[in-house]
Amino acid sequence: MSHGAKGGATVKERAELALNNDFLRKAVKFTTERLKNGKLQAMKEHGNWEEWRERGRQIRLHTIAHLDYYLNLFVENARANGVHVHFAETAQEAVDISMAIAERVSAKTVVKSKSMVSEELHLNAALEKIGVEAIETDLGEYIIQLADEPPSHIIIPAIHKNRYQIAELLSEDAGETLEADTKILAGYVRRRLRSKFLEADIGMTGCNFAIAETGSMVLFENEGNARMVTTLPKTQITLMGMERIIPSWADLEVMATLLPRSATGQKLTMYMSGITGPRRSEDADGPDEMHIIIVDNGRSLQLGDPEFQELLNCIRCGACLNACPVYRHIGGHAYGGTYSGPIGAVLTPSLNKNIAEWDDIANASSLCGACYEACPVKIPLHDMLVYLRRRKVEAGHSNKLEDAGMKGFATLFSKSGRMSTVLKLGKIGQKFVARDGGIRLKIGPLKGWNTYRVTPTLPKKSFRQQWATLDAEIREGLKEMSPDIKRRMEQAVQSRKNGGTHGHGHS
Amino acid sequence: MKVSLFITCLSDAIYPRVGEAMVRLLARYGVTLEFPPIQTCCGQPAFNSGYWNEARTTAKTIIEAFEDSDFVIAPSGSCTGMIHHYPKLFENDPAMLDKALALQSKTYEFTQFLVNVLGVTDVGATFRHKVTYHPSCHGSRLMGIKDEPMALMTRVKGLEFVPLPHAEDCCGFGGTFAVKMSDISGAMVSEKSDHVKETEAEVLVGLDMACLMNIAGNLRYRNEPVKVMHLAELLYEGVR
Repeated sequence: MSHGAKGGATVKERAELALNNDFLRKAVKFTTERLKNGKLQAMKEHGNWEEWRERGRQIRLHTIAHLDYYLNLFVENARANGVHVHFAETAQEAVDISMAIAERVSAKTVVKSKSMVSEELHLNAALEKIGVEAIETDLGEYIIQLADEPPSHIIIPAIHKNRYQIAELLSEDAGETLEADTKILAGYVRRRLRSKFLEADIGMTGCNFAIAETGSMVLFENEGNARMVTTLPKTQITLMGMERIIPSWADLEVMATLLPRSATGQKLTMYMSGITGPRRSEDADGPDEMHIIIVDNGRSLQLGDPEFQELLNCIRCGACLNACPVYRHIGGHAYGGTYSGPIGAVLTPSLNKNIAEWDDIANASSLCGACYEACPVKIPLHDMLVYLRRRKVEAGHSNKLEDAGMKGFATLFSKSGRMSTVLKLGKIGQKFVARDGGIRLKIGPLKGWNTYRVTPTLPKKSFRQQWATLDAEIREGLKEMSPDIKRRMEQAVQSRKNGGTHGHGHS
Repeated sequence: MKVSLFITCLSDAIYPRVGEAMVRLLARYGVTLEFPPIQTCCGQPAFNSGYWNEARTTAKTIIEAFEDSDFVIAPSGSCTGMIHHYPKLFENDPAMLDKALALQSKTYEFTQFLVNVLGVTDVGATFRHKVTYHPSCHGSRLMGIKDEPMALMTRVKGLEFVPLPHAEDCCGFGGTFAVKMSDISGAMVSEKSDHVKETEAEVLVGLDMACLMNIAGNLRYRNEPVKVMHLAELLYEGVR
């Protein structure tokens, strides 16, 4: 069972739906490529990207290592600013706190700027149940709210839809046919939301960064809707994952350099708002009452886990989604959770601590490492995917057929003699199925592979069978090694003794 | 100086010509490769699938096979990368950890050894064909092998190099991924073949036979007449 998943119980089934949906694949490919190229261009123009990336990583590592200290500092300062700070250990607690505030202020409508935490809590549905209308004001979120779908991308929620599909949804909303023109469609949503902003009782936001030293929260956005949400309604509720903290405004400079560039290739988003408490008497606008709900919901499970703590370093830029070749083909809904792509494949089972249920999404990766390479804070997601698979096996939730296969693999490949025997059998077996040096049979274990490929046949002699002849021939005509090459090889051995390494390692 | 060949199970069983090319090419520099016959597979299929006990079993065989080598050379960035994962695999076994670290520090992918250790970039080859190159993910991203193959290819006389569009994209192999998630893998390899075709190259070259087997299998399925070779084969072909 997959929570909130549409169209299939397993990632394989959901992926199949996506693979057969040309609109989705084209739309996702188009936008992820645009974002990915934007990021590459921004990195190039920045000039010292790797250095700043390392600084970003260090800031996140330091903050998460001392999260108790910085959270306390943040809460103290936010309270001193007049903010009501709440802690929610679970999604349900966060929902309950939000609903209690809504009931106390007799709210009828809530306008929301984009928040992945709110998606994680399934807050809109909960508010609806108590008769509070929640309106998403980010264009992409507004579209998927109309379509009654979860977001399929961390920063581009409706990435899976093309403009014709969007025009259809908005036309239905408008009660008139709107042309599939971006300007017209955005214009319609802007007009429609204007009145909603003005009449809303509560403005609800997420939080990109929370600054511990002043108790402030910072929002990055491009549409100006978050500004409306945080200035017009009398009450503001900010939902914040407990790991959103950074120590200082100086650290924000690094994050503000990394986040927009990684997300869209922008040097800075159109709007960056820093909010330090509710409206003061000298302020022209702002809420009279401000709440921050700090949400755990599985995050603290990662603290102290050497293999997964770095997950909390994530700044939700979506770069790993845009770089992922699997995501490009199957889109976000195939991942079955609130968060999709490589980060979602790791985050969902980790936050839920239910590896057995979610194991299959960790398998939807070729472990190519594009996610790690794209990550502005260098989270080794490709390693984490392997750790998840290992934990599943260790916990006894693995597929029994695969267990047997892997035991067989270990038996076979622990002794070269056994490997040779199997190769001999393979050579006999392939005589019945091979044509022109290839196997095209689509049955059994070859079915999936051969649906897209021709399998090569085994040659007459394996390398080890040719070795004796080859080695004798080489030794007969061997050249003497040049002194230069000899010296270089000795140097390599020497530098190794002095602790030098080559290749590999996450840097 | 003992330089050992880690042939990798795939090249041993299916592509012995890659091993032969490496052996013959390195012999031209007076480097005699030695072949410990007890070697098998690096254990990556088990490791990546989460079966670390099984991966440790084969890793121990590999560690034993190369215990007294000074250099271990493999025609695969991915299998070399797997050996570089051995320390993680044995992090709770101090005796094996030392051996794993020792093996890691002396194991090189073929072009790393040729270019970075031996200092060879011009092998004196001539190869009059239009060639494109797929940089395999584990080699390029995890082992950092990016400049070495380019340094070798640009010095081959007559070779017309055509960059592969979206070269950095995974070909969709991913070991057991290609079997478990065969349709996603199929979509990825089909896209890769489209890009290969776009280059109009006669030859696709790479450093990892697993990825190349995947792409070659799809190209053949589609009847695309592109020849697929390991770079060691291309270089040896060019000097023989």
